[in-house]
Amino acid sequence: MSCLLSRVAVCGGTHGNELSGVYLVRELQKTEKPLEEEDELVSVLVVLSNPRAVQQCRRYTETDLNRCFTHATLNGPESDKTPYEITRSRELNSLLGPKGSPEAVDLICDLHNTTANMGLCLIAYSDHDWICLHIFRYLQANIPVRYIHFDFPPKEAYSLESVGKHGFAIEIGPQPHGVVRSNIYTTMKAGVQHVMDWVRFFNSGTIFEGGSVEVYTMVKNIDYPRDSETHSITAAIHPQLQDQDFCLLHPNDPLFQTFSGETLRYKGKEPLYPFFINECAYYEKGIALSLARRKCVKMPPIQVKTELEHQENEWEFASEEDE
Amino acid sequence: MSSHNTVSFSEARRVAVFGGTHGNEMSGVTLVNLWVKNGAEIQRKGVETKPFITNPKAVEKCSRYVDTDLNRAFTPENLSAPGGDDLPYEVQRAQEINRLFGPKGSPEAYDVIFDLHNTTSNMGCTLILESSKDHFNLQMMNYIKKAIAPASCPVLLNEHPLLKYSTSRSVAKHPVGLEVGPQPQGVLRSNIFEAMRVILKHALDFIELFNEGMEFPPCTVDVFRVSERVDYPRDANGNIIAMVHPNLQDCDWEPLNPGDPMFQTFDGKTIHYEGAGTVYPTFINEAAYYEKQQAFVTTRRETLVASAIRKA
Repeated sequence: MSCLLSRVAVCGGTHGNELSGVYLVRELQKTEKPLEEEDELVSVLVVLSNPRAVQQCRRYTETDLNRCFTHATLNGPESDKTPYEITRSRELNSLLGPKGSPEAVDLICDLHNTTANMGLCLIAYSDHDWICLHIFRYLQANIPVRYIHFDFPPKEAYSLESVGKHGFAIEIGPQPHGVVRSNIYTTMKAGVQHVMDWVRFFNSGTIFEGGSVEVYTMVKNIDYPRDSETHSITAAIHPQLQDQDFCLLHPNDPLFQTFSGETLRYKGKEPLYPFFINECAYYEKGIALSLARRKCVKMPPIQVKTELEHQENEWEFASEEDE
Repeated sequence: MSSHNTVSFSEARRVAVFGGTHGNEMSGVTLVNLWVKNGAEIQRKGVETKPFITNPKAVEKCSRYVDTDLNRAFTPENLSAPGGDDLPYEVQRAQEINRLFGPKGSPEAYDVIFDLHNTTSNMGCTLILESSKDHFNLQMMNYIKKAIAPASCPVLLNEHPLLKYSTSRSVAKHPVGLEVGPQPQGVLRSNIFEAMRVILKHALDFIELFNEGMEFPPCTVDVFRVSERVDYPRDANGNIIAMVHPNLQDCDWEPLNPGDPMFQTFDGKTIHYEGAGTVYPTFINEAAYYEKQQAFVTTRRETLVASAIRKA
């Protein structure tokens, strides 16, 4: 059972060239309190995460902001050599966190685009954060969407949404970086609206029934074949794999096509689900595609716990212990 | 058909293939790097075909340019500007390229330069022509179109006095732009890569046939002539306030009629095209053109007549 979600943050421009989030945040910032209604239980912060990168229409200026939210980076030393994005991550941590403390916002929704043909995805570190999973299920009833789980322990979580008590990234593709496609923008806007609708329903006491959902848990990444000297790639994603995100990849299926036309095949033993196929920003991270296992996750029903109920529970526990 | 005389050109002996004029347009970068290592695929009898990375610093950064757009830099002012190392990187590069492959406008200039580009727009394999009177290029484009039929290969003619720009390839006597999309910047898609490779193969085949003495009879070439640049609607601060409408997105080369949806504001309102007549938009939603104030460019259809050509 969770307490009221009283503070929610919607962040865009964490990568400055992922424009759906940049433009959505700009639009939301134009109207004061655009996602809040009168006498609201929830207050919404709308944040442009990396203004410098947005201004230059680049993913980042010195280092990837969305890798700067580990406890180690957030609490490290500060000097005049500190990269802009690390300084910024610490500012965001003050604004939305501190990460791990009771003052952190209840929910962070971080908006991203990908050049991969992934459609709409929620990406989170947990497969048992019931807030995130119920939001996912609610979204699913309204739009096609998938849930991707990165199984990292909280200590290793490096991205912005890990600053909140609950959080996920909304990732939509395919969209080239530096471009805003109207259909993609519209989907993201609808997605954020549905998230806020769920938060309102939840805060007002709605019971969300238990059920089960499918979750894709990231297993591993595969890099491009590279030249041993220059490290340049020597093959491209195979035409039969290009754009086939979430289509099961079987052992021996084509993976890459070399520039001389040869097919390189998937040598793994286990069929897995590919995603982030040919994401532009991942060339430099050594990732041609990621692979996931799909599983069913059962979720309990969920309902907001009021402060009163919370206190009553505590008294109950105390008296039980006395007995 | 025309009764013009056959136009003769000297053999096209010196040909260059430029990649990386924009450092994040990956098909050209990849192809040229491949051919620098092993150029057998692009060699033709009697032709020296030189693959060349025009903007190596931008390629290394995987960005469009370092200081300024190389593909706008070949103006007479830039090419003759003094200042050496103090000049913007791309202006220095333009001068170097003009030395190696030009001088622009002189008899010593390269015969043909192919400049390989990608676009985020859904333009397919587009050939870019700079002059409606270049019969050699017109015949080449006719040859390519026939070779890849039934697949299509639109020809974009940019001869507009204001919108024409000074390209890297303009150093040559016969400049040919190859623009293939859609492909995101920084991404290499194998289908786009192969398509570009095939177009270039046919272009080089044409040159070989021409040099061997084949005469190409008069022909007509349907082109799209650049007409007008259309910017995004913006607010008083210059911020974009609408996106390319979903009905127009990806519809490069399709007719846009007065009254058709053109833009969609961020709160969902439609802005309609209010031109005088039907136009054929292209470069729809090209990433690099947001900063150049261009959402798309309109074109008008035209049929050009190419004289017969043969080698001198």
